[in-house]
Amino acid sequence: MVTTNGKAPTLVVVQLAGGNDFMNTIIPYSNGLYYDYRPTVRIAEDTVLPINDELAFNPNVGPLKELYDAGDMAIIQGVGYENSSRSHFRGMDIWHTCEPNSVATEGWVGKAIRELDPSGDNSLTAINFGRGLPRAMVAGGATATSIGDLDTYGLMTGVQAEQQRTQALDLFQRIYTPAIGTGPVQQYLAQTGVDVLRGAEILKNGIVDYSSNVEYDDNPIAKSLRDVSRVHIADLGTRIFYTHHGGYDTHANELPTHPKLLTDLSQAIGDFFQDLRNHNASENVVMLVFTEFGRRVQDNHSGTDHGAGGGAFVIGDRVNGGLHGAYPSLNLKDLEFGDLRHTYDFRGLYATLLEQWMGVDASPIVGGTYEQLPLLSRA
Amino acid sequence: MSGTDRELVAHLMRRAGFGATQDEIEALAQREYEDIVEDLLNPERFPAPEEDVARRYWIALNNPDGPNYPAYWIYRMVNTKRPTEEKMTLFWHHLFPTSAGKSSDPPSSNVQIETFRRNALADFETILKDLARDPAMIYFLDNSENHNGEPNENWGRELLELFSMGVGNYTETDIKNASRAFTGWTFTQPIPLDPYARYPSEFLYLEDDHDDGEKIFLGETGSFNGDDIIAIIVKQTATAKFLSRHLYNFFVADEPQVPAWDIVPPIDQDAIDMMVKTYIDSKGDITAILRTLFNSEFFKNAQFKKVKSPTELVVGTVKLAGGMKFPEPGHTGMAAATAAMGQGLQLPPTVEGWHTGKEWIDGGTLTERVNFAVNQLSDTSADSTRKIVESLSAADGTASPTQLVEACVAATGCTNVTDETRSALIDSATSGGDLSFDTEAATESSAARIASMLQSIVSSIEYQFA
Repeated sequence: MVTTNGKAPTLVVVQLAGGNDFMNTIIPYSNGLYYDYRPTVRIAEDTVLPINDELAFNPNVGPLKELYDAGDMAIIQGVGYENSSRSHFRGMDIWHTCEPNSVATEGWVGKAIRELDPSGDNSLTAINFGRGLPRAMVAGGATATSIGDLDTYGLMTGVQAEQQRTQALDLFQRIYTPAIGTGPVQQYLAQTGVDVLRGAEILKNGIVDYSSNVEYDDNPIAKSLRDVSRVHIADLGTRIFYTHHGGYDTHANELPTHPKLLTDLSQAIGDFFQDLRNHNASENVVMLVFTEFGRRVQDNHSGTDHGAGGGAFVIGDRVNGGLHGAYPSLNLKDLEFGDLRHTYDFRGLYATLLEQWMGVDASPIVGGTYEQLPLLSRA
Repeated sequence: MSGTDRELVAHLMRRAGFGATQDEIEALAQREYEDIVEDLLNPERFPAPEEDVARRYWIALNNPDGPNYPAYWIYRMVNTKRPTEEKMTLFWHHLFPTSAGKSSDPPSSNVQIETFRRNALADFETILKDLARDPAMIYFLDNSENHNGEPNENWGRELLELFSMGVGNYTETDIKNASRAFTGWTFTQPIPLDPYARYPSEFLYLEDDHDDGEKIFLGETGSFNGDDIIAIIVKQTATAKFLSRHLYNFFVADEPQVPAWDIVPPIDQDAIDMMVKTYIDSKGDITAILRTLFNSEFFKNAQFKKVKSPTELVVGTVKLAGGMKFPEPGHTGMAAATAAMGQGLQLPPTVEGWHTGKEWIDGGTLTERVNFAVNQLSDTSADSTRKIVESLSAADGTASPTQLVEACVAATGCTNVTDETRSALIDSATSGGDLSFDTEAATESSAARIASMLQSIVSSIEYQFA
């Protein structure tokens, strides 16, 4: 797909870690069962932000509601997969690798990077903001950069004398030249080192001119999305950004913690798109917000335990906003061990974004053919 | 045979501890390998690190919730004469990762680490029973919300999935019943300690809130309480296997990540079997299992088969430079350094803990590792540089570029540099010619070159491996 501003389509993935409570994010506020299941961990009916007669946004996601009302946000309901894993670890792994039945080492984003940049020429084709590269971005031959702090990114920055630093970097480059026969981990390290050298230089020069009149909040997700914005606006050829927002494992005290998470998340997303629009850089961006599972339908009087089916968001100027898929039934007989049964396979969502937005053949990446959704409007 | 190969000593000390200086390696190499292992496994033979000085410098340590604990812990790792005790404390933190970041005032994670240290080499049943009573863990996995008639499964599930047996060895019903058995296990509210801080929370058992009904757990039936559940868990072969594989991953070679374990077989099944046998024979005695591990051929043959964890990298490099001998306020930066490399002590990312091995490394964390190590060795007055100046100048007042490289490689714990790296280092050294120690000025300029050479070695690929 070509965008009208002539720039390559770009995907921003936001991972909500811990299992976001979909039922308290998109609330079935007119369904009596919701209040039966949630005697404690419920959102009061008179505070919700209605979408229609059945569903409403959590009151803390005002900025998302604005995006939704403008037609720029799609809510994908009931996302999940058969026999959902209730383990965070395994659950996130399945989302990362598209392999529910076996353990895979390659991630869906990594495979997509390999398609987008087969030669690995641009070490900034895909960037993760955060500590630790997610499994989703790992694949043989795929180049991904991971940045903890954009402002201090670079090697040997503590070596003061310029000549000495140049020498140290030259020697580093020689030591990190990928060598055959040293073992896969050594080769991975070598490639990572070379990519850091190249990427840091390009980034440093690219982001110097960024300025913005959007004031992001001071919290981790706001900082991450601000960094995404700075690099995207610098136009360095990055096609996939990835970042993470943690803390959604709300077994206890969900009522004070979950709204704070949603507030931070939605404000950061709202600011991010405003920032991009101010820089005329929003049109080639689509954001996916996902989590590894929803939470238990019945609350435990303080929070909610691990569940199954959940929901995802797709946001951007070119997105067909609105409700997609079907909200899972709350009827007791329809639940899967007390959890929402998924109505839509997450691999179809990935396939939609890969084919309809990124222009990459999806089936080898997601491992088969899955129903796609009409999420993106054609140019 | 008398004495032990230097490379093997360096390997043992890197794995069973946090590395050793060249002087320490020389001294240990005079001894028999098995004797060194026994010293490591009997920490009471050596004095515990002195706490008084640290507590006077880092006054917040006197508060059980004090924020300086990770830096203090790193200080202990650097200076302890009981390295395996400290390494096992870190192992238990890997296996039972509890984040102090769940709320602004959780029960003290510092107390939990002290418990891990007290039980560093105990038996697994004691370790799990103390873990189940640890207020930080109870709060972290919501067992304080696990009530009679209203079970909260968080602790029950993770006890089975992540702390003892692993996926595939129990049913959802076992989780529910294990959770019921731990109802009523909670902690006391912290009592304020004027003018600031709090007395730590303590374990509290509320009989009224305990579900005393009959439970079926792993095929056994009874009105089990929490300790009964743990007693059943520790006699399972699945537990022996799971713990052995964790020890193998931590001390021997990098295994795949834990969720793969019920599908992907261990790298070395014989090694696991050997450890499982010791577990069963010794009823889960950690000292006995580690004795089997450290004295095995599979351990001795595993040199440089692991990627260093951030904590190993930081502590090993600080020891090399001779830093942190005395507590200083700036040392909190050491805790920030491991966090930036992906391992915030007391702040694991999730209850599954850290992904280890290759997953420690990405562009961001590699940058942090390299920059940290380079900065630690930049000062030419650091021990690392001074010792090499001493040894190289001792001969005839000059040293060749090759001697420079070899001395620096040996000083970094016998790093096994590849031929390509060695020739890159020698080429770089050669461009500066021979080192001279004739005059004070020549010695200073040679010291600067030694420091640069050490910096290049600690930023190498090879240095990332333990």
